[in-house]
Parts: sequence; structure tokens; C-alpha cells
Amino acid sequence: MTTETDAATPDLEAHFQRTVDRDQRIEPRDWMPDGYRKTLIRQVAQHAHSEIIGMQPEANWITRAPSLRRKAILLAKVQDEAGHGLYLYSATETLGADRTDLTEKLIESRQKYSSIFNYPTLTFADVGVIGWLVDGAAICNQVPLCRSSYGPYARGMVRICKEESFHQRQGYELLMTMMQRGTEAQRRMVQDATERWWWPSLMMFGPPDTGDAASTSGHTQQSMAWKVKRHTNDELRQRFVDMTVPQADVLGVTLPDPELAWNSRRGHYDFGEIDWDEFKQVVSGGGPCNAERLAQRRRAHEDGAWVREAAAAHAAKHASHDHQPMDAS
Amino acid sequence: MSAQRDWPLYEVFVRSKRGLNHVHVGSLHAADAEMALRHARDLYTRRNEGVSIWVVRSSEITASSPDEKDPFFAPSADKVYRHPTFYDIPENVPHM
Amino acid sequence: MKLGCRWPGPHSWEGSEVNAVFDNAYEAIIDGDSDARWAFGTGFEDPLSGVDTSLPAGVDGADLAAYCLMLGDDALIMSHRLQQWCTSLPELEEEVAVANIGLDLLGQARLLLSRSGAAQDGVGVRAGARRTDPDESGGTPDDDAGRPGREGATPAGQARGNGPGTRPHEDHYAYFRDEREFRNVRLVELENGDFAELIARLLVFSTWRLALLNRLTASGDPVLSAIAAKGVKEVTYHRDYAAQWTVRLGDGTDYSHQRMQAGLDAVWPYVGELFVAHAVEQRLSARDGTCVTPQAAAPKAGTTEAEERNHPDADGAGMDDPTAMSVDPSTVREEFDDVLAQVLKASTLQRPDVAALPGVGGRTGRDGVHTEAMGYLLAEMQSVARAHPDGVW
Repeated sequence: MTTETDAATPDLEAHFQRTVDRDQRIEPRDWMPDGYRKTLIRQVAQHAHSEIIGMQPEANWITRAPSLRRKAILLAKVQDEAGHGLYLYSATETLGADRTDLTEKLIESRQKYSSIFNYPTLTFADVGVIGWLVDGAAICNQVPLCRSSYGPYARGMVRICKEESFHQRQGYELLMTMMQRGTEAQRRMVQDATERWWWPSLMMFGPPDTGDAASTSGHTQQSMAWKVKRHTNDELRQRFVDMTVPQADVLGVTLPDPELAWNSRRGHYDFGEIDWDEFKQVVSGGGPCNAERLAQRRRAHEDGAWVREAAAAHAAKHASHDHQPMDAS
Repeated sequence: MSAQRDWPLYEVFVRSKRGLNHVHVGSLHAADAEMALRHARDLYTRRNEGVSIWVVRSSEITASSPDEKDPFFAPSADKVYRHPTFYDIPENVPHM
Repeated sequence: MKLGCRWPGPHSWEGSEVNAVFDNAYEAIIDGDSDARWAFGTGFEDPLSGVDTSLPAGVDGADLAAYCLMLGDDALIMSHRLQQWCTSLPELEEEVAVANIGLDLLGQARLLLSRSGAAQDGVGVRAGARRTDPDESGGTPDDDAGRPGREGATPAGQARGNGPGTRPHEDHYAYFRDEREFRNVRLVELENGDFAELIARLLVFSTWRLALLNRLTASGDPVLSAIAAKGVKEVTYHRDYAAQWTVRLGDGTDYSHQRMQAGLDAVWPYVGELFVAHAVEQRLSARDGTCVTPQAAAPKAGTTEAEERNHPDADGAGMDDPTAMSVDPSTVREEFDDVLAQVLKASTLQRPDVAALPGVGGRTGRDGVHTEAMGYLLAEMQSVARAHPDGVW
């Protein structure tokens, strides 16, 4: 978009950083450092990809949902995720990215999405646990992004967070129903699903900020200065654990971590070591469902090519009707 | 990128009720304006009846040049992306 | 739902605006609220608000229950096929659009199956009601005893007694009926094809259903009338969506034209069935629909249902009579043909010239005689509910 001249850059950059430091928003037509633009496109696209890939594990249960009310809630939720993906791709396009290009990067594994969606959904209880734990973790990650320095992303996140909070509540309510009013078999399903999703949920916050498993990319520090990231991975993970443990108690499930204990000195829950080898394996494409998720996205995109092409061809034939503001009411 | 196959980007404006301005709420891709309207209803208003929607091709929007005073701006209403209500959702559009 | 647990105290995020959002995310879990607000498609407001839900005087509850199942099953099974499209559509915007249609139809199905249950329950308590014979009162109402294939079916009312007493009618009907008790037309149960076939099926289905629902807004049953009024708004949108895509694909590229024509050809054999009135539809749409004598309405010995169907409708006017409960589908053929002709013309497509696919011994979907695809569909849809018949979800 903007091509800055070398001479102007120091002034522009200083002005940009002052704007960020004052907690004001950067808007699409403002000058911004190339690195900021690239970081944001990568971050927002990865988030958008996660919403779209994240539809799959839950869509897996729509047709089998055991009550029509749960079916409607789940279908609406998966639809919301498509909507969230669209809001986020829309934000990347204000940065000069192109959705088709980003989609191709996704299906060619050149851009990532949240590794949590590379785990399988094996029972209907997984639908509830994804709402409770995965959406819960996502909210912890995303709420601070409502104050991202980049305006369109921040505004998109406000809407997404509102909807995600519904999702989390739906998931938790399903689990409460199964635990309190359901059968013994249903309670076992909830416990089993909780055990399978707990550790991957903790991995959603990314590698630790310090120590052997820490990311060496140096992204965190720069991203925090630019206020496109507002808290460290470990801060957010601790917050999630602190919030979730009491919820598990109320639900009556046991989180699969013998080291989980309240530490009154720290004022936080201590928890066990995350298996970062597993995390790295899943992130690098070796998880249980990586291939399947990408193949499904690729198939939809490729099978749909003739449809998109036909619509474009039809529009080109009838171009004179275009460009009119139209009123839907 | 094959221009023929890609659907162009449309900006979406929603009037949530009579007496209010249409407000920019975001963008989407569509092959033509009719499709853009339908998608806008689905995506940005969840098909709330009685809502008025405008769609316009993003390429048709003229904005003040970013090369001039943009870095040192004062908020200005004619710059759509800078408008404080960009992406804001009207209060009475449910479930947003 | 107040859980009374230790929720985390005030958070340390900077900025009150963010605090509000963040706290809401968790407080939302414990705040009591109507679930209808949680998800689009589960109903912003009760469409039956203010509607008298008691059975209209003199109406045959069993017939009304069967009729609601027919319309409800059409919506439920069509919605299932749309749900299967989820994550496979050509563009993300279409994911949102098709999910919307699936949700609308699911909502219609829930209302109709619930109404069916209420009408069925009404039969048992109404003095002098027809078909209070224990063998029949629980079954799908006009699934007449003595007809071949009836014996194996589980009477609906009895099945409900097996599960938790709290199971709603809608779930009982969706999950604990067997294939022969489903009343949907065969069009909706067919395996999914490509996007063009989806559009073709949606165009045919929504054009037909909109014509029915439009007339049904004048039903003598205020509940059916209210459900139809809600459905008209929704299905108008579905038909428009399908028509626009039919035009785009038909008048798009050469390849899309071929695909769209093939899609129409694939669904067309199932079109004829849409306009054949079942005995229940005939009885409830008759001018004297509420006053039919038991002799006239009950199956006559030695008369097959197929023969009964061929009995010409006395007036064919459908909803001219305010006491009529249902719409005779044979009366909407003309409107269907007109709409399709317009759409096909704009799409440069040919109306397929194929005969209607016969049923088995004259019986088709409305009689509970389905295609081979139906068994797999139900196996999928009902698997979890039936694996946990005492489950609460």
C-alpha cells in the first residue's frame, strides 16, 4: 500500500510509535512499519485460519447431535466460526493481504493455524469440552486483542469475543447437564473428553516465554512493543488455569494433572509440565488430524473453484447491474 | 491471482433502524452486488428483518490520499476506514 | 443457573472496557438467561407467542398430528442434508448462507414436530375422539393397522414411554421413530451430490414449500398458521438464494451450465411426488375438513391408500375455507411450474423431461416408504440419542 521514502521514515516511525504508545489505534491508511504490517497479517491470518479449520472438529457432530436443541446450537456455533473467519480475513484485507492468497498459503501449509484443531472429536461430550476449555482458552487469548493497536483487528475481536463467550457458556451448560442430569455413561464421556482436551488447551497459549522450550523467534518482545500482543504466553496460560480449576470443581470432573494445586504464596494454581515435544510435533504437522483437516479445506476450496468461476463469469456478463447501493429492507 | 476467478471485495454499511445513518460494518467477497447484499445480511445482521444494507465495491470508494497528511491526521469523517464507527455494530442488531 | 462456585475475582487487565468484555465471558456462564438468545436459529422470540395452542374444535387430532409430521420431517431431513455440506462449500460466505437455511429449516421442524406431539396428545384426552384404540393412538396416526409393513414399527407414543419422561416431543419424533414412521418426501433424503445438485434440490424444495406455507398461513389451526407465517419469511429467502445461484450457474460458464442441468436432471424424478396429496392432506384440506365423518376419513376396508389418494379433491381450492387445516399439494403445482419456468428461462436451462419416479405399490415418502438413502441418514442422525436412550443432553 504505502511506499514510504527513506527520508520520511524516521519521522513516520516515531509518529507511529507515539500513536501506539498513547494507546491510540492504527488505522488502515496510516503509515506503518513493514514489519508491523507483516506481523499483523501473519497473526490475523493465522487467527482466521484457526476459525475456519476449527469448524471441522465440531461440524463432525452436527448431524449426530442427540437433541434438536443441541443440534441448532452447534450448527449456529459452527456458522459463527465461519463468520469470525470472515471478519478476520476482512481485517487482513485492510492491510493489503488477499484472501485467496492466504487460503492458498493455508492449504499449502505455508501458514499455520491453532494446533488444538489437530485433535479428533471422539464423542458428543467433546463438543461441550471444546466450548468450555478451547473457547475458554481462546477468550483468554483474545480479550486482550480487543485492545490491539490495529483498529480493524481490535474491532473484529470485540465482536468475536462477545460471540465466543456465548459459545463457552453453551459448552459448559451442556457438560453441566450431562454431569448433573445425565447417566453414568454420560458422566464418563465428560471425564474422558476433559482428559483428552486439557493439555492441548494449555498448549494453545504457545510455548513458554522463558526456559528450554521458549520460542527463540523474538516475536513476543517486538509484538508487545507494537501492542499487537498484550500479555506473555505464560501470563495468559496461568490466568486460564486459575479460572478453569474452580469450574472443573463445580462440574465434578478431575483435571488430569496430579501436580495441580493452589499455591497461596503465589496466589495462583501450580500445574505440571506441559509436553512440549508433543506440541512441537503437532505444530509441525504431525498431529492426529493435521493431514485430514488440511485435506478437507483443500477439497472444499478446489471443488468450489468451478462455482466461484461461474459466479464471476455470470457477474462479468451482467456487469451493468453492478455498483448500485441496494437497500435490503 | 486470477482476477477472473476472484470475487471482488465489497464494503458493507448497515442502517439498524430509521433515523440512523448507515454505518460501515466490514467487508466481504461476492461475485456481484446482489450476492454481496445477501451475504451481508447473513454475515453482518444475521438476517435481522427491517435492517437496511448498502454494499459498494471497495474499489469504488475514494479516500483521501495516504501520501499527504495521513500520518498526522485529525479524525475526518470522509475517510471510511478512519471513522470511529468502523466495524461498530448498531446496538439493536441482535446477537452481535 | 447459579453455580455458586469461586469465580475469579476482578481481573488485572488494563482498561475498563476490556474488563467488561472479559468478565462477561465468564459471568455469562453463571448468569441465567434464555438459551434462545445463545445461538442464531434457536429463535429470537417465540413465534407462537400469543397464539392459542389448544386444538381447534372438531379437528381430528390424529390427522393434524400426521400432517405436522409430514411438514416437519420434510424440514428436518432437508436440514440434515444441508448440515452435511458444512465445511465443504465453495466459499466461506456460502458456509454462512447454507448454515442459515439449515437452521431455519431445523427451527421449522422443531415447531412442527412439537405441534404434532401436542395434537397427538390431544387425541387421548378428547372424549369421543377417533382412533383411541390403544393399538393406534400411539402410532403415527394414519399409519393404518392392517397395512403391510406396519407391524414392525414402534408405536411412537410407546417409545416415548421408554425414555426419560422429560424428553420433548421434537426429540422423541426425531430420534426414536423408525424409518417407516418418517413422512418426508423422498426428494429431501437423497444423498448429496455436487453444489449444483444442492442448488437444484433447494430450488425445487423451497419453491414447493413456499407455495404450501403461503397458503397454510390461512390454516384453521392457529399454530400451523403462525408456524407457516414464520416459515414464509424464511423460505422466501431460501428460494431466492437458490434461484440466484441457479441463474449464476446456468448462465455462468459452459461447465457450470452442464453441472446445473445435471443437478436438475438428478432431482427431477422426485418432483412429481411433491404434488400428490396423501389421504391426510386431502381430509384436512377438504372444505368440511373439521367435520369429516369417521366413516369418510377412516380407511375403508379393501381400499388401498393409493386408491384413496387418487380420489379427486372435491374443490381443490386448498385454503379457501377458513376451517381447512392443511393445503392440498396438488393445488400448488401451477405456481411451482410458473416459478421454475421463470428461473430456468433466466438460467438458459431446460426443464428436465423425465417421468416421476414410482413408489413401491403406489406408496412413497408420505406413506413412510423411502429410498435406500434414508436408512443411512437415520442411522447417522439417531446414533448418539439411541446409544443413550436415558441420556439427558
